[in-house]
Amino acid sequence: MSAAILLLIGLVLMSLGYLIYSRFIAQRIYRLDPDFRTPAHEFEDGIDFVPTNRFVLWGHHFTSVAGAAPIVGPAIAVIWGWLPAFLWVVMGTIFFAGVHDMGAIWASVRNKAKSVGSLTGDVVGKRARSIFMIVIFLVLLMVNAVFAVVIAKLMMNFPTAVLPVWGAIVVALIVGQLIYRRIVSLPVVSVIGVVALYALIWAGPSVPIQMPAEVAGLSGNAVWILLLFLYAGIASVLPVWMLLQPRDYINGLQLFVGLLILYGAIALLNPVLVAPMINNDVPAGTPSLLPLLFVTIACGAISGFHGLVASGTTSKQLNKETDARFVGYFGAIGEGCLSLAAILVACAGFASLTDWKAMYSAFGQGGVTAFVEGGAYVIHNGLGLPQVTAATLLTVMAALFAGTTMDTGLRLQRYIFQEWGEIYNQPWMKKPLPATLLAIGTCLLLAFGAGGADGSGGMIIWPLFGTTNQLLAGLTLLVITVMLVHMRRPMWFTLLPLCFLLLMTVLALVLQLKTFFEQENYFLLGLDIVVLVAAILVALECAAALKRHRALAATEQPDAD
Amino acid sequence: MPTKRSDSWRAWLSQARFFLEESYSARYRGAIARSRRDHDDLFMLLVFSEMMGVPNPAAYYTLELQPLLLERFHDWHRRMGMEHSPLDHFRCC
Repeated sequence: MSAAILLLIGLVLMSLGYLIYSRFIAQRIYRLDPDFRTPAHEFEDGIDFVPTNRFVLWGHHFTSVAGAAPIVGPAIAVIWGWLPAFLWVVMGTIFFAGVHDMGAIWASVRNKAKSVGSLTGDVVGKRARSIFMIVIFLVLLMVNAVFAVVIAKLMMNFPTAVLPVWGAIVVALIVGQLIYRRIVSLPVVSVIGVVALYALIWAGPSVPIQMPAEVAGLSGNAVWILLLFLYAGIASVLPVWMLLQPRDYINGLQLFVGLLILYGAIALLNPVLVAPMINNDVPAGTPSLLPLLFVTIACGAISGFHGLVASGTTSKQLNKETDARFVGYFGAIGEGCLSLAAILVACAGFASLTDWKAMYSAFGQGGVTAFVEGGAYVIHNGLGLPQVTAATLLTVMAALFAGTTMDTGLRLQRYIFQEWGEIYNQPWMKKPLPATLLAIGTCLLLAFGAGGADGSGGMIIWPLFGTTNQLLAGLTLLVITVMLVHMRRPMWFTLLPLCFLLLMTVLALVLQLKTFFEQENYFLLGLDIVVLVAAILVALECAAALKRHRALAATEQPDAD
Repeated sequence: MPTKRSDSWRAWLSQARFFLEESYSARYRGAIARSRRDHDDLFMLLVFSEMMGVPNPAAYYTLELQPLLLERFHDWHRRMGMEHSPLDHFRCC
């Protein structure tokens, strides 16, 4: 099968999804109203509530939700063959992610731009809000631990990328100062930043930096993980203009350049997919496709994290309610395109099936390494860039994404600890430094607790991260469904994805429970049980809330809107 | 025709500049405005500290600033959790 044709099929299907299905959902189900006064206008304050151009808002929404997860998940999941991953990404984007993301914006906009967390409390109930807080904490915990493991692994496998990845932080710091002190105008700074980043990528292969296998009794991998958390800890307490803002900006520019390079290379080279369509010869120990596929690929098909962004910041800046379709649904499509590229290069970026099988020798193998090596092969042969430079470019792309997600994730986790300090009256916990240390401590515990002393096995928690992320998406879908029930509108377009997600999540958790028990990994077994309990509570809450609200809707007059 | 071309070029450039600047600032506008407000609040405390019984060696100089900050005073004391002005001779509500 030709990769370019598959790419074309994927793009055509997603375009049809946007043109037909999203229009149907926007007009018939959510009934987006161009005359509705959005919170951005109603509460305009020039700070949080600012009506924003829809293209700018889409750019923000997309770069906030697109991280390393839509690359890592699909690149792991192709172990079952390219077809299941392709179908789940394309269909998931059209029928799940787009509806979920657009719905999250709509639900928030119709409720004074409240975040989906507080909406859960208002619309569903206080109990659901407590579950939501626990799930959100678990997602952040896992995201930080997993991404630290991903970056550490990349640093060990691709020493040529060490200089550009850490150099990018210096570039961001300089860009931040240049803009803050108004030394140079933004367009000039943008060019300087991007050129500096690509110069570092170009220089990387000449200055490889390999961490020794053992440093002070710790493995090289473990040292990278510790260094990453040290960095993320510092970054999360620095003022945002100093590092986070310029870093996100350069990353955003880099995301578009990277996507263009990847798509261009696939189109020009048109490689053959060497991976099997459906892999009947999976390595021993690979779990069953059903249900694990649906939690291994979370971002790229549907992700609860998007709901947080959609209702946290995007909804406060929406100029017109009808823009929710472009920003939310098309944002999901953007992420679907990133996942599609990851699938294609992880399946077509190898010379032969034997090479591909050597990469996917066990479940959890491949992943981002397959993305980098496969992508480098495609870029080298398609655009003529030296393979080592192409590999450095993709490693930097993946590591920077994972890095910015870690910065933000750790900051959010710190806020949760500070909030708990407030709720439980612990003055020390309210301070930024102890809260940050607590956040780092819990993440390190997970990274090393799951993966052993060298932290290299931390990828075992990837499917667990997927399940928690899906639970979060389930809760957001529940809020949207309850709102639809209240308004007496068709609920099946959100209820069916919700049921499917919950079913797959619970099945995956039960299956993993068995695996962790057999592996005698009691740490993850405990974590699995916590997530399973949360999943069951979410399922029960869904049934109870829907029953309650249907009965309520039957006795009430339909809402005016 | 060169004027027309340069005009359209300029329009394109200003459009590009608008998009870049919005892309840079929109996401962090809230966080930055809040931290700026925190700085300003501290400054307000410095300026009005003497009136609240906190000795301020620079009081002679900050006194001059008080009328300039009058407009912000009401918002500030509300934000600090005081329903009414804490200063007897400096009433705003």
